[in-house]
Amino acid sequence: MANIISDETIEYVGILAKLELSAEEKEQAKKDMGSMLDYIDKLNELDTEGVEPMSHVFPVHNVFREDVVTNGDDREQMLANAPQKKEGTYMVPKTFD
Amino acid sequence: MAKQYETVIGLEVHVELATKTKIFCGCTTEFGGAPNTHTCPVCTGMPGSLPVLNKQVVEYAMAVGLATNCKITQYCRFDRKNYFYPDNPQNYQISQLYLPICRDGHVDIETPAGKKSIGIHEIHMEEDAGKLVHDDWEDCSLVDFNRSGVPLIEIVSEPDMRSAEEVIAYLEKLRMTIQYLGASDCKLNEGSMRADVNLSVREAGASEFGTRTEMKNLNSFKAISRAIEGERARQIELIEEGKKVVQETRRWDDNKEYSYAMRSKEDAQDYRYFPDPDLVPVSISDAWIAEVKARQPELQEEKAVRYKKEFDIPEYDINIITSSKSLADMFEAATAICHNAKKVSNWLMVETMRLLKDKEMEPEDITFSPENLAALIHLTDENAINSTVAKEVFEKMFSENIDVDQYVEENGLRMVNDEGALRERIEKVIAENPQSVSDYQAGKTKAIGFLVGQTMKAMKGKADPGMVNRILKELLD
Amino acid sequence: MSIMSLTAVELGKKIKSGEIGVAEAARAALEETQRREGQINSYVTVLDDKTILARAEEVQKQIDSGELDSPLAGVPTAIKDNMCTKGILTTCSSKILENFVPSYSAEAVQNLEKAGAVIIGKTNMDEFAMGSTTETSAYGITRNPHNTDHVPGGSSGGSCAAVAAWECSYALGSDTGGSIRQPSSFCGVTGIKPTYGTVSRYGLIAYGSSLDQIGPIAKDVTDCTTILEAISSYDKKDSTSIQREDLDFTSALVADVKGMRIGIPRDYFGEGLDPQVKAAIEKAAGVLEENGALLEEFDLSLVEYAIPAYYVIASAEASSNLSRFDGVKYGYRTGDYEGLHNMYKKTRSEGFGPEVKRRIMLGSFVLSSGYYDAYYLKALRTKALIKKAFDQAFERYDMILAPAAPTTAPKIGESLSDPIKMYLGDIYTISVNLAGLPGISLPCGKDDKGLPIGMQLIGDCFQEKKIIRVAYTFEQNRSREQ
Repeated sequence: MANIISDETIEYVGILAKLELSAEEKEQAKKDMGSMLDYIDKLNELDTEGVEPMSHVFPVHNVFREDVVTNGDDREQMLANAPQKKEGTYMVPKTFD
Repeated sequence: MAKQYETVIGLEVHVELATKTKIFCGCTTEFGGAPNTHTCPVCTGMPGSLPVLNKQVVEYAMAVGLATNCKITQYCRFDRKNYFYPDNPQNYQISQLYLPICRDGHVDIETPAGKKSIGIHEIHMEEDAGKLVHDDWEDCSLVDFNRSGVPLIEIVSEPDMRSAEEVIAYLEKLRMTIQYLGASDCKLNEGSMRADVNLSVREAGASEFGTRTEMKNLNSFKAISRAIEGERARQIELIEEGKKVVQETRRWDDNKEYSYAMRSKEDAQDYRYFPDPDLVPVSISDAWIAEVKARQPELQEEKAVRYKKEFDIPEYDINIITSSKSLADMFEAATAICHNAKKVSNWLMVETMRLLKDKEMEPEDITFSPENLAALIHLTDENAINSTVAKEVFEKMFSENIDVDQYVEENGLRMVNDEGALRERIEKVIAENPQSVSDYQAGKTKAIGFLVGQTMKAMKGKADPGMVNRILKELLD
Repeated sequence: MSIMSLTAVELGKKIKSGEIGVAEAARAALEETQRREGQINSYVTVLDDKTILARAEEVQKQIDSGELDSPLAGVPTAIKDNMCTKGILTTCSSKILENFVPSYSAEAVQNLEKAGAVIIGKTNMDEFAMGSTTETSAYGITRNPHNTDHVPGGSSGGSCAAVAAWECSYALGSDTGGSIRQPSSFCGVTGIKPTYGTVSRYGLIAYGSSLDQIGPIAKDVTDCTTILEAISSYDKKDSTSIQREDLDFTSALVADVKGMRIGIPRDYFGEGLDPQVKAAIEKAAGVLEENGALLEEFDLSLVEYAIPAYYVIASAEASSNLSRFDGVKYGYRTGDYEGLHNMYKKTRSEGFGPEVKRRIMLGSFVLSSGYYDAYYLKALRTKALIKKAFDQAFERYDMILAPAAPTTAPKIGESLSDPIKMYLGDIYTISVNLAGLPGISLPCGKDDKGLPIGMQLIGDCFQEKKIIRVAYTFEQNRSREQ
């Protein structure tokens, strides 16, 4: 079964993933996604009725930390890589709330 | 004929938990602090950083769930909620969608029509985002991640409320319960408690719900009430004009008393929730639940019932005092020392509440100690200071928690209770004010007030007005 | 004797005895690097001489004072560029991190530094570990030292090539779908992917969080085992880190496979497997049998579902893990933008390469509303069944013998045009990540072009010692074969 990926789908996925593709790239993306999904459709052959989706491969649970302060003021290091900063904060284009 | 509309309201309440550290890292949750000074690679989404869950967050969430009659989800997990925004360092928020820690609870409120149960659909744990500040000079926004990673619980109610009054009652009940548990200080104006209102309207008697909108930026109970009224009116108007209510998120502007739609089309609102692979599930045993339940302090209702039995104070007072655990704790502690429940209650109900209101403080902000309150009451019991002085001392105690006995001694505030000395002084006042004396003796009984006043002035306020009054009457009658 | 021809453990011994100085070893690595880099391009970043020699001096002092006792003390190493190294540029071979200098080191790197490692540089990789040829790097391709017209494999191609070209004595790689084992086989070196949770993921820039593991790449099994022992630790900063009592892997370096039951999956030996690779594996099986192992063919099953399940899960996790790269806090930000969302889109579209964009889009799609059940949950159910199949296999066998890849290293430029074909090359390695199992890849021959062939031993969870033992035994007996 061939998956035909529409322009709308690529646009939509672009919004979700914050990716902007050129017209060429969009065409290629449609083809690529289509063939990848065709390949992934193979999974439908497998009967997984009644099988629990396995998120974690080992049954580990309850990994906790104690509520104790272990970090201090690391601002300089954290901001060192910021593309744009001002007075101890990260600068971004204006957001509208 | 005007149609009757019913308002259907559900609430999503976010509560900042009172843990010392953030939910997934060891940074402090202390309020304030210069921007980005309470951060680390984890809460700023640095590459390669990983979250580790704070156990105290789980226990607070359980405590709140148990106190609101929820079932604890004994196998729960964290899921990632994916969306892009600068206050979200990973551009996903770690939350719980599929298996929230608590489900199917309820909170009872009092309404004019009697008790009503407001359903709680679920409670889940999640992390808070950072803060965005708008810089108008440079036409940009500035991000502070101090708040990023602060633990939240989100309490999602069923759409069971039908009026602003019910909403406020529900919020007050929730707040009181959570404060009682010590899980949060629940201050709306500081953002440790935030409410988003989901509201729709439908014709009275209709069985289906109308389209609902979500309202944000409600920072006080008044704003919430106004927003509810405003949105109800707006939706009704749309419907009456034959238009459709659009499902959207609206931001309430309390100054202008109106709301406007928030999301742009850049936000698909498809959060692509999936289980966070960096965190392992939380498995809650019956034993753990029992432990948390055992630690639950006496909640308001129980306490009120007990107070009725143990203390001889009016029910009205009991309700006010028990509405805040801080206040109730103060009451019990002070009463245990001075054994005068009525007086303690009075001081709390009158002077304390007055000052709290004036200074826009909450009972949790009280700094004076029960020992000092008890000492003050003892002094009034002994008749060592009069009521005017007592009020002054109280105000000093309220703002500075001064040692009451020391303060009274240092400032020589004790009343002169020596009748002899007082009598002498009063005789002088009588001698100095013949007009008032003759007025009084002529039948103007109120003239005695002036003489009492003069005496008090001469005594620099350190006399018992009652005693002065009595002696004056003795001498003049 | 050429210093760089020694194994890491051999070099470590000579450094400890004082025969070779730490600075001497570091210089040898640098010289070799300078000699070969122009042709191979294993490194994204080679540290400057001053830094390396200062570190060498520090380590020398610690060795001399007796403070440092590790078998790897003073040995020059290279770190794959998706592991954070404090103060050293860490790029994941991507433009979007072209200027990122972390203020912290990955836990595994810290463990190595505690053991006296001297870091020569950060190695090239497929961008964000997404690829099988190291051709998707934004910093040029890496060439296979055995034949520079061919790829070294990926995504840890740089690390494997650096080891094969003697530009370092050993390296760290990461493995999400075969990224240590496949390039190791292409470059004729040895590599281990440990059981999931054995090596801390803190500081490893995440691709597929439920699949990623860091592992050693070196000249032989002894080296890899020694390095694995040094980097494995229980890390409180990583919630998926497993507390293990049995981290003394070097105790398994024993040449004895008598009675070891080794299963050979029939489903791995069908169409698509290069006949020369097949022959080499069969020969290797023969060696093991001669030494007392019991080999048997069996049906593993579900083999054809592993790749689609993997790509759904890995790209879903990756699409979320890579969301943080947005030009706000670190890394590349586009120069020219209007507004916030435009800044995000342009930064990411300019900063990421096509393969990364492809997988982010696929990942976003399979998680999106309406498709989550059909794709993501379906893949997780498939993963559960694959794990079950392995559990059943390990009831009968101590380990599984398989090729590491269906072919030897392809020619440069031939793989990227057909992504699906490229993905199919992961067939032998991918299910091992899905099930969290340990796997070792080691050389077992060459094809008629002189390109190395690697064999893979897959163990049950936490059974590194078993596969190490068999690998070591084969290695001891292999030299007679070649």
